[in-house]
Amino acid sequence: MTVKTLDELRKIREEHLDRVRLREDGEAAGDKIEVLVGMSTCGIAAGARETVNRFVDLLAKERLDSVKVVPVGCIGYCHSEPTVQVNVPGQKPVIYGNVKENKVQEIVEKHIKGGKPVEALILHVDFKRP
Amino acid sequence: MAKVRTNIMVCTGTGCLANESEKVIRNLEVILKARGYAEEVQVIKTGCFGFCEQGPIVKIEPDNVFYVRVSPKDAKDIIDEHIIKGRRVERLLYVEPKQKEKINRQEDMPFYKKQLRVALRNCGLINPEDINEYIARGGYEALGRVTTEMTRDQVIEEVKKSGLRGRGGGGFPTGLKWEITKKQESDVKFIICNADEGDPGAFMDRSILEGDPHSVLEAMAIGGYAIGADKGIIYIRAEYPLAISRLNTALKQARELGLLGKNIFGTNFSFDIDLKYGAGAFVCGEETALINSCEGKRGEPNYKPPYPAEEGYWGHPTCVNNVETFANITPIIMRGAEWFASMGTEKSKGTKVFALAGKINNVGLVEVPMGITLREIIFDIGGGIPNGKKFKAVQTGGPSGGVITEEGLDTPIDYESLLERGSMMGSGGMIVMDEDDNMVNIAKFYLEFTMDEACGRCVPGRIGTRRIFEILQKITDGKATMADLDALKQLAYMVKDSSLCGLCQTAPNPVISTMKYFWDEYLAFIKDVDHPRGEGKYTAENKAEIKS
Repeated sequence: MTVKTLDELRKIREEHLDRVRLREDGEAAGDKIEVLVGMSTCGIAAGARETVNRFVDLLAKERLDSVKVVPVGCIGYCHSEPTVQVNVPGQKPVIYGNVKENKVQEIVEKHIKGGKPVEALILHVDFKRP
Repeated sequence: MAKVRTNIMVCTGTGCLANESEKVIRNLEVILKARGYAEEVQVIKTGCFGFCEQGPIVKIEPDNVFYVRVSPKDAKDIIDEHIIKGRRVERLLYVEPKQKEKINRQEDMPFYKKQLRVALRNCGLINPEDINEYIARGGYEALGRVTTEMTRDQVIEEVKKSGLRGRGGGGFPTGLKWEITKKQESDVKFIICNADEGDPGAFMDRSILEGDPHSVLEAMAIGGYAIGADKGIIYIRAEYPLAISRLNTALKQARELGLLGKNIFGTNFSFDIDLKYGAGAFVCGEETALINSCEGKRGEPNYKPPYPAEEGYWGHPTCVNNVETFANITPIIMRGAEWFASMGTEKSKGTKVFALAGKINNVGLVEVPMGITLREIIFDIGGGIPNGKKFKAVQTGGPSGGVITEEGLDTPIDYESLLERGSMMGSGGMIVMDEDDNMVNIAKFYLEFTMDEACGRCVPGRIGTRRIFEILQKITDGKATMADLDALKQLAYMVKDSSLCGLCQTAPNPVISTMKYFWDEYLAFIKDVDHPRGEGKYTAENKAEIKS
C-alpha cells in the first residue's frame, strides 16, 4: 500500500495510535485521570488481572485518551479485592472494592465519563499516606 | 485478544546494547510468555534515552517507572513483581546521588528536569524499526503538508523565520543555506545529510539515527522539496553499523508506503535517498571533503568559494546539513517558526543536544534550550563531578573547541558566547575535567588526534599540527625551554590563521585556550623557567609580556 494523500496518512496514524498512546500517557503526568488497580496476590486471585484488562479494553474502545490504567501493589483491603482507586486530578481519590470484571463498565460510564462516583462500590476508608 | 495494557520499553542504543540490553529483552519476552502475559504486555525496543551512564534503561509505561542498570537476570523481578503484582522493583530505581533518594519517575530526575526534547522527541519513546509508530506520533504529516499545501518559498521562509542554525558546529543559518541552494539554476540538485560524526565524545547524531531515523528522512525530503532536489544522500561513517542498519530498515519502510520515491503524496515531487559510507576520517565532516569522499575521491577539502550550494556533488548545487539540524525541521513545520523561535537566545534559537562525558556523574545525552548555563548542564543535569573532586574545566566543541573554566560557567550558552570564550559550539561534545587532569596533557591529547586526522592537503595543517604536537610532547617530557613555549604560541596562531579548512583552523584551539587559562601548568614543565633569555621569573600574571 502506498500513501497518496494526507488523509491516508492520518488513517495509518489512527490505526496505530493505541500503540504509542500508553507511552504518551505515561509521559503526560498531571492532568490525566488515573485508574490504579491493586495487583496483590489476593487481588489477582480475586480477578484483578481481568479487571485491568477490561479497563484497558473499554477505555481504548471509548477512545478515552485522558485516562491511564496502572497496576499497583497491595492497598491492604484483602476483604474487598479486587480494589480499584480512581484519581481525578484535583479531587479526592475514590477507592472501590469488589471490582470484578463485570463492574468495570459501570465505573467507566458513571465515574470516568459522567464524573459521578459509583456510590455502591465505594470503600469508605480514610488513611493518610506519608 | 486482550488489548496491550503495559509497554516495557528497553533501550537498544549502542551504549545499552553493549551492556546486554538485547539479553534483557530476550529474558523479558521469554518470562512474559511463560507466565502467560505475552498478549497484554509488550516489550518495545527503543532508541537512546540519553542516560547512558545508568544503562541499560528499562521504562514501564503507562506506569511511568524508570529502571536503571537492568541486567538480564533482573528480568524475572520486573515481570513477577512489577508487571504481575504492580510492585516497584525498588533496587532498580535510580538513586539520586546527592540526596540518596530513590526516584521512580523520569521527569523527577534532575537529569531530565531541565531538559527540553525537540530533536530527541521520539528517542526512547518509539520503536525505531517501525514506521507506524513514527506515523502514530505525527510523523510524515509535515512532509504531507509541505508537498500538498506549501510552496517552496513558504517552506524556506518558515525555516528562516525559526532562526534554526546548523547544529554540526558552524552555526550557519539553515534557512539561508536552503535559499541559496534553491536560487541556483540547475536541473539537478542534491541534499546531503552529514552523519560523519567524528568529535571524540560526541554521539548525538548516532543516537538520533538509531532512535528516530524517520525524523531525518522526512526532513531531508522536506529540504529536497524546498531546494528543488530529487535526490538525497546520507553520508554516514561505517563505524555506526546499528545506525546504518536502522536507516536501511527505515528507508525500506518509507519506500513501501510511498513516502519516499516517485510522486510523493500524489504530487509531482519525487525524492529518494542513498546511503554513502565514510571510512571514518574526521576531515570528511567538512562539507567539501565530504562531497569529495561521496564522489569516491580522497576525503580532502576544496578551496571555498565555490561553495557546495553553487558547485557541490558532481558539480551540482548541493545543500549539506547535519543530522541534528534535520531532526529539528519537522517540529518547525508542524508547530510553527514562532514556537521554535520562542526558545533560546536572541541569535541562537531552539535547543541543542550535548554529549556529556569525562569526569561527570551522569554521562549521557542531554537536550537543553539554548541560553542555559554550563553550570546548569554540568552540576544540575550532569550531577556534578564524581568522587567529591573539584571542577577544573570543560572542553566544548571537541578537538576544535577550547576549555572553559569556572569563571565561564555562568555564561548562557549560544554560538556567539562560546566563540567569545575561545571555544565553540561544535557538534556539542562536552568533556568535563576535574582537578586531577593536567591541561597540557589534555591539549596534547587533542593535538595528537587532529595531527592524525589532518588530511595533508595544506602545509599548515599537515606540518603545523605535527610540530605543535612535537613541542607539546617535549614539554610534557620536561625537556622544553621558554623558547619552546614561545614557538608553540606562535605556531598555534599561524596554523589557526593559515590552514585551508575548519579542521586545522580550529585544531590549535585547545592549545591556545589552555595556554590562556592554565599557563602555570605549562610553566611547571619548563626547566629554565627562572632564567629564560634573562627576562626574570615567569608567573601566570606576567604571561602577556612573553608573547613573541
